[in-house]
Amino acid sequence: MNITLRVWRQDNPDAPGRFVEYDAPDIESHSSFLEMLDVVNERLTDQGEEPIAFDSDCREGICGMCGLMINGLAHGPQQGTATCQLHMRKFEDGDVITIEPWRAAGFPIIRDLVVDRSSFDRIIEAGGYITVPTGSAPDANLILVPKPAADAAMDAAACIGCGACVASCPNGAAQLFVAAKVANLNLLPQGQPERWTRVEAMVDEMERYFGSCTNHGECEAACPKRISLDFIAMMNRDYIKAKFKNRRLAGQRS
Amino acid sequence: MQLDAKIPEGPIQDKWDSHKFNVKLVNPANKRKYEILVIGTGLAGASAAATLGELGYNVTVITYHDSPRRAHSIAAQGGINATKNYHGDGDSVFRLFYDTLKGGDYRSREANVYRLAEVSSDIIDQCTAQGIPFAREYGGLLDNRSFGGAQVSRTFYARGQTGQQLLLGAYQALARQIKLGKVKLYARTEMLDIVLHEGRAVGVITRDLVTGEIRAHSAHAVVLATGGYANAYFLSTMAMASNATAAWRAHRKGALFANASFTQIHPTAIPQSDDTQSKLTLMSESLRNDGRIWVPKKEGEERPPGQIPLDDRDYYLERKYPAFGNLVPRDVASRNAMTVVEEGRGVGSRKNGVYLDFAESIERLGKAVIEERYGNLFEMYERITDENPYEVPMRIYPAPHYTMGGLWVDYNLMTTIPGLYSIGEANFSDHGANRLGASALMQGLADGYFVLPYTISDYLAPLLGTQPVPTDHQVFAEATQDVHDRVDRLLSVNGGRTVDWFHRKLGKILETHVGMSRNELGLQKALREIPALREEYHNDVRVPGENESFNQSLEKAGRVEDFFELAELMALDALNRRESCGGHFREESQTPEGEALRNDDDYAYVAAWEFTGVGEVPNLIKEPLEFEYVALAQRSYK
Ligand SMILES: Cc1cc2nc3c(=O)[nH]c(=O)nc-3n(C[C@H](O)[C@H](O)[C@H](O)COP(=O)(O)OP(=O)(O)OC[C@H]3O[C@@H](n4cnc5c(N)ncnc54)[C@H](O)[C@@H]3O)c2cc1C
Ligand code: SF4
Ligand code: FES
Repeated sequence: MNITLRVWRQDNPDAPGRFVEYDAPDIESHSSFLEMLDVVNERLTDQGEEPIAFDSDCREGICGMCGLMINGLAHGPQQGTATCQLHMRKFEDGDVITIEPWRAAGFPIIRDLVVDRSSFDRIIEAGGYITVPTGSAPDANLILVPKPAADAAMDAAACIGCGACVASCPNGAAQLFVAAKVANLNLLPQGQPERWTRVEAMVDEMERYFGSCTNHGECEAACPKRISLDFIAMMNRDYIKAKFKNRRLAGQRS
Repeated sequence: MQLDAKIPEGPIQDKWDSHKFNVKLVNPANKRKYEILVIGTGLAGASAAATLGELGYNVTVITYHDSPRRAHSIAAQGGINATKNYHGDGDSVFRLFYDTLKGGDYRSREANVYRLAEVSSDIIDQCTAQGIPFAREYGGLLDNRSFGGAQVSRTFYARGQTGQQLLLGAYQALARQIKLGKVKLYARTEMLDIVLHEGRAVGVITRDLVTGEIRAHSAHAVVLATGGYANAYFLSTMAMASNATAAWRAHRKGALFANASFTQIHPTAIPQSDDTQSKLTLMSESLRNDGRIWVPKKEGEERPPGQIPLDDRDYYLERKYPAFGNLVPRDVASRNAMTVVEEGRGVGSRKNGVYLDFAESIERLGKAVIEERYGNLFEMYERITDENPYEVPMRIYPAPHYTMGGLWVDYNLMTTIPGLYSIGEANFSDHGANRLGASALMQGLADGYFVLPYTISDYLAPLLGTQPVPTDHQVFAEATQDVHDRVDRLLSVNGGRTVDWFHRKLGKILETHVGMSRNELGLQKALREIPALREEYHNDVRVPGENESFNQSLEKAGRVEDFFELAELMALDALNRRESCGGHFREESQTPEGEALRNDDDYAYVAAWEFTGVGEVPNLIKEPLEFEYVALAQRSYK
């Protein structure tokens, strides 16, 4: 198939960016979207131009490294799919495809389609873990986890940290990502001791980088792992309780 | 050079305990006086860095990924083995030890494998406490499945995302240490060389992938947890960026590289669909529990699978191996698929696959059960191939997947360079000539959580009171200059072909001659073709852009350059080993039935290679393998 690309090119974080048009003839419809970009990049290199920078690694929808705005949609038109799992057969011959990086204050552009998502790491560092030094754990079957709780925790834990939720949100909010990790840990018995400090620390850290949530729901629609908005509700409830409980705990300590 | 594996004395079941007692310790208050560099934040690196930080060491961790939450490890689907025997089906440390050793076709060290089996159970405890949402039974206990041909249920799993969940657990533990200031993280930073001083590893040189800054880091010890090298084949199931540079650079500086040709070609990947394909996608091997593998009996069959009657189908694994059937080990399944495809009985438009058919299981168990077990895999398959596996059989074909070979390490996981350790897939230690399913995650986490943190103190303790060699020392200046020179050289060739063009060609040579089936002539051919292509690479590669920017072509160029050198060693190692074992099948060495035939008299050794220069023949140093606890037997899955 023959397509035309309009791609965001930007040399570095401070350089001005612009759209550049590229013809992409003879693309295999079996190819994945990123393989199509590989082909375009090979051709650019052959022509002595610098290839388009974009991130990817696993190319099977699990590492969360890829992520492009394709025709204004985070990860493109197919629901529940990361960019790397999208195939050219979802497009028509002759299509003009616009490709942009994630755009959000919390994700500065590094080059072309590559952004810096380290703000997500800072949020996990703030509390997205269970404190258990290596070697200190009891036998695994001493901790009973009801199957529904394990299943719900797994639903939340499926988040791949791609940032599509942020990119698709009109406010650039990161609630879905943060809620997924909070729910993953707060739903499990192992996560209870740090439940309240975790949610407060993570939400507070999130607010340093990201906008606020006004319940648009775009995030859920864009999420390649179909993380549910319900987790945001759960996080909000825990956060409000935490504000109260954490203060009370602090009071007890003093 | 004499290799000393430093295997502790005593009966096998006591070795690790007594070793832990005998190693020199660093007392808790002194740990903060040490600097340790960990390269890589996959399962092995993240678990090691987090644990070393918890113990009190000052750790610097380096990854080329944008975040330690991503690594190749994240893609592991199937599960992780452990000897919990929660199902009461007769599992034990000895059985896992035995299975791993046998599965590896008796080309690994007994003591290491035994230790691996011993600590496997602790891994599950640790990960469960971290909040890994492992699959559960209705009563709340952990669920297990049998995997990869094991005859007991010892595999723990988290849906089809076990690697992801285990990695996130290790990443979160690491994040906690980063916040506490015990671990310093450099992301999007690639290690390009290792620095030695008086024969010891004292640091590394890195390139900042965003700014191009070349930086020196120094420490008391360096740990390489940099993963496997199956991407040398270009098309593999590895993540795009996985590469051998760290291990290879260490090899060039004196670390021996062991069993380079031992690669695992996994039987169940989706066949290549077109020439622009960038990687192959694995379909978890758990599918073989319920799917039946077959091809048409006749060559050039054109009927769609549904119209081929039973009599015209060849369920070749069930036919040849009645006891194990579709669950034969990976190498056996792969080789048989290759054979039928070579016979012209392959399926799909490119005739490059075999069927994995669920029709019978769906009929027997119902679609709902199959969906519950494999729903996400079926969805993944459909997304890639546009075919619905509930209705038409899947097409699968083997793909390079894992490398058993790697840096030679002793029982302490130290390479032949003092102070340089290697853990996870990057080392050669535990899987012999073939790795069993669900054992790589186990090994990565065993090394990172439970082995290295103990053994490293043996090296560090005597260094108490010494400072790391300062980064303004001449050894760092020289190594930094070398890295600069190399980058400049790659950028200045300005030839006519892209890096990927060369990589694809190199991959083709390896696939053809150092793939599933190897022979003397082919390997010799590879040993002529690889250096010739490497020469062309040096004269004709085009790497656009500059060093001082985010430059993905430059990143790839260095990695592929190292693949070229490693590929030659892979071919040489395969040529040297004139026996078949595990994933290494030498056509000259097979039974009358066409099965792999080992030669224990001549090849029961680890082949460790010493670098002598690019294009020079490396020195072979043998570590003899002795078996006291298992009797060597010809593997039989009939
Ligand atoms: C598709 C697939 C499915 C699998 N499924 C299973 C399974 O079900 N069960 C199982 O047991 N095993 C499985 N495996 C194998 C297993 O996933 C890997 O062997 C294992 O995860 C390797 O872990 P690692 O920590 O050694 O390396 P990796 O996860 O590869 O991590 C390497 C790390 O090193 C870093 N790095 C490398 N080089 C450099 C450098 N030069 N500078 C800086 N950083 C560097 C990378 O950034 C990364 O952080 C599977 C493998 C594949 C491909
Ligand atoms: S919640 Fe969904 S969209 Fe957001 S980071 Fe996680 S996987 Fe990506
Ligand atoms: S490249 Fe890993 S999720 Fe897309």
